Amino acid sequence: MARFKIDPDDLAVAREFRRQPVGYHSKNLQAVLNLFRGGPVEGKWVLVCRKPWREWVLAQLPGKRGAPLVLHEDVVFTDWNEAEWNVFRRRWQEHTGRALTLPEEKR
Amino acid sequence: MSAILTAYCDEISVAPGDTIRCMVNCEGASSFRAELQRIVCGDEYPGGPGYRADTIDIDLGGPFPARRQPVRPGSYAIVPVENLLELSDFSLTLWIWPTTPAKGRQALIAAGGLFLGLDGEGRPLVELSAAGQHFAVRGTRPLLERHWHLLAVSYNASRRELTFLHRPHRRYAAIADADAGVTRSVAGPWRLSAGPLTMAASLAESGAPAEHFNGKIEAPRLFSAALAPDALTAVAMAREGDLPREGLQAAWDFSQAIPSLRIHDVSGQERHGTLVNLPARAVTGFRWTGECQNWTERPDHYGAIHFHDDDLHDLGWSPSFALTIPAGLRSGVYAFRLWAGETEYFTPFAVRAPKGVRRSKAVFLMPTASYMAYANHRIGIDYSTTEIGMGRLVELNPTDVFKQEHPEYGLSCYENRNDGSGVVYSSRLRPILDMQPKQRLWLGGPPSGLWQFNADTHILAWLEHLGDAYDVVTDEDLHRDGPGALEGYRVLLTGTHPEYHSSAMLDAIEGFTQAGGRLMYLGGNGFYWRIAFHPEIPGAIELRRAEGGIRPWVAEPGEYYHSFTGEYGGLWRRQNRAPNRIAGVGMASQGFDISSPYVRREGSRDPRAAFIFAGVEGAVIGDHGLIGGGAAGMEVDRVDFLLGTPPHALVLASSERHTDCYMLAPEELGDPTPDILGTDNELVRADMVFFETPNGGAVFSVGSIAYAGSLWRDGYDTDIARITGNVLKRFLDPRPF
Repeated sequence: MARFKIDPDDLAVAREFRRQPVGYHSKNLQAVLNLFRGGPVEGKWVLVCRKPWREWVLAQLPGKRGAPLVLHEDVVFTDWNEAEWNVFRRRWQEHTGRALTLPEEKR
Repeated sequence: MSAILTAYCDEISVAPGDTIRCMVNCEGASSFRAELQRIVCGDEYPGGPGYRADTIDIDLGGPFPARRQPVRPGSYAIVPVENLLELSDFSLTLWIWPTTPAKGRQALIAAGGLFLGLDGEGRPLVELSAAGQHFAVRGTRPLLERHWHLLAVSYNASRRELTFLHRPHRRYAAIADADAGVTRSVAGPWRLSAGPLTMAASLAESGAPAEHFNGKIEAPRLFSAALAPDALTAVAMAREGDLPREGLQAAWDFSQAIPSLRIHDVSGQERHGTLVNLPARAVTGFRWTGECQNWTERPDHYGAIHFHDDDLHDLGWSPSFALTIPAGLRSGVYAFRLWAGETEYFTPFAVRAPKGVRRSKAVFLMPTASYMAYANHRIGIDYSTTEIGMGRLVELNPTDVFKQEHPEYGLSCYENRNDGSGVVYSSRLRPILDMQPKQRLWLGGPPSGLWQFNADTHILAWLEHLGDAYDVVTDEDLHRDGPGALEGYRVLLTGTHPEYHSSAMLDAIEGFTQAGGRLMYLGGNGFYWRIAFHPEIPGAIELRRAEGGIRPWVAEPGEYYHSFTGEYGGLWRRQNRAPNRIAGVGMASQGFDISSPYVRREGSRDPRAAFIFAGVEGAVIGDHGLIGGGAAGMEVDRVDFLLGTPPHALVLASSERHTDCYMLAPEELGDPTPDILGTDNELVRADMVFFETPNGGAVFSVGSIAYAGSLWRDGYDTDIARITGNVLKRFLDPRPF
């Protein structure tokens, strides 16, 4: 379990993740990801593939063998990076208590 | 709802003339069909080489009527009815080490109206029942988890008294959990009636096992006398030679015949029994002091068997159809393709060349031991940290969802059992859902996302493209036949991740390269763990994750030796057989996000390596790929001359940078410091090497799981395919190196 405490004002790590969710990261972003991607198995965000390489449904692990996955049928992705960003924002909210919206993405 | 199809074969490798049987479970459909296919490429990624499986013109029969076949996990022991007798006065003692005392009612010993077990709260429970009468005695407190406890019960028929005793092996000052001898009156006369006796489970009326116990049981002993509490303790503590013979009806000594599926009665009454579903043996008992680590030296310290409610060996399904391999069928990787409506299932197996016939000088070694070690793994489902290691969201495919919902199909050697203990045995006599073409698994990097069996088809597809004939053998052939399995071949090609090897397998490969054979190690993290096959028990491997290495679970102290063979388990590098000795490279690091290119090194300009790089100009090679976008990735190996890389090995190329999802393998971390990640540490890398072996042989190793995914890019005109092709061509050339 990560000891790292996220700074809710550090939007730079969020921007960096938005640009490149998979691959090389700064040490700062990696620390955030180690926090976000750890945690308990129960309730963990995962993607269930509906159409290979094209479509995924957001889901949560039940944390118990044999139990069904919790499927969020209304949250469907057709772009992997959008799915990463969606879950990143959910975790930001969970860990900071604040919604994550980048000013440049506000409409 | 679509149909459920699952299946397995009785064999993983057959030759012309052999018969292979296929066991199919089909639910939600009235029938299923079957055909034989030759698997060429299992990757369906639209930007890849393209899926290809060739149907063989052989009528397998069918359509076959669907039938549901049972899956009954959970290990137990059974002593058959003919070996038991009726008793009026009796005493029973045993030691237990419960691992999930509060999981629900669990049976320790069940026989003829007697139930000794744990109740729903983890308290010891004795029940006598006969002719509608039912009598129960409970211990006062739940048993402590992972502690040894002596349990004993006696019944005096003339006094109609039942006595129950519990003594913890280790006492704690503030925990009063002993029951020094609780005596209760029983309403009516009662007899222990003849019937099968089971341990670690009871038998339901249907005959199916139920009420499985999680934990260890040691030294159950049965007397035809009602012993007093002191005497009960004395006989439970007694060593075998000191046991009173009078009234002794059975004394099961689990330290005998540890490699077998038998439990021995040493009372002289011959009440021997059988184990079902491979409970763990060669585990420490209540007498273990820590002085001895090897069960073969002090079997009396290893008198326990560890039972689990999710152990699984041979499902024992009824065969649905069989095929005798025709004489003309060429060697290769095949599968029965089964389908019912839109649902399909594949059961891969190898067809070897007939004995003494070699269609090619090249042979692909299908790493079936490694497929078994990973069989039905749940790494992305059971472990939260998986996502950190793979550096992206966990993607679950239909197979993963099925595994989550159907854990009864059994675990891999990457999981913990329901009680938290490591999975030391795996079996292929059950459906292995991951071992199919078309399967994608998050462990394989994007875009294709292939792992193990399906990733290995990238090599098959490339060989097929070359038009080069190749034969196929499996790990089990190599283990069973030794050097004979490779006789007549000049080039041995590995799969992408041949991680698990028995000593006989390593002997055969090393013998091959030392005798002039040529090895193309086209994978990563190979030759890493020692496993054991059983000389008699079919379709199973054993693994002890001892001492070091990347261990999803850690072998218990004192349990580092295989029960199947008595061999010391763990990493080969701790047993003077580091992967570097055979392949020139050995495990360095793993990470499952993206892969990297190799950069050519001085060794690639050496005249000895000229044939390898003929037609390859660039300094950077493999900067593309279907597994993580580069040729070096997922799990990577490097040279280490101290670990046995031959001193004359040429380092041809190395990866120079990896993400921080990669870190040094734990066996490299003698004294951990904060510089062990992929962007920090130059030891996190894949090395490509070449070296000559005695008698004109040679070894070419790539040290990367991702490598085979870079053979193809809009065709096979890639630097990686050229290098690999150059090596294969020269390795097939009989001229000695």
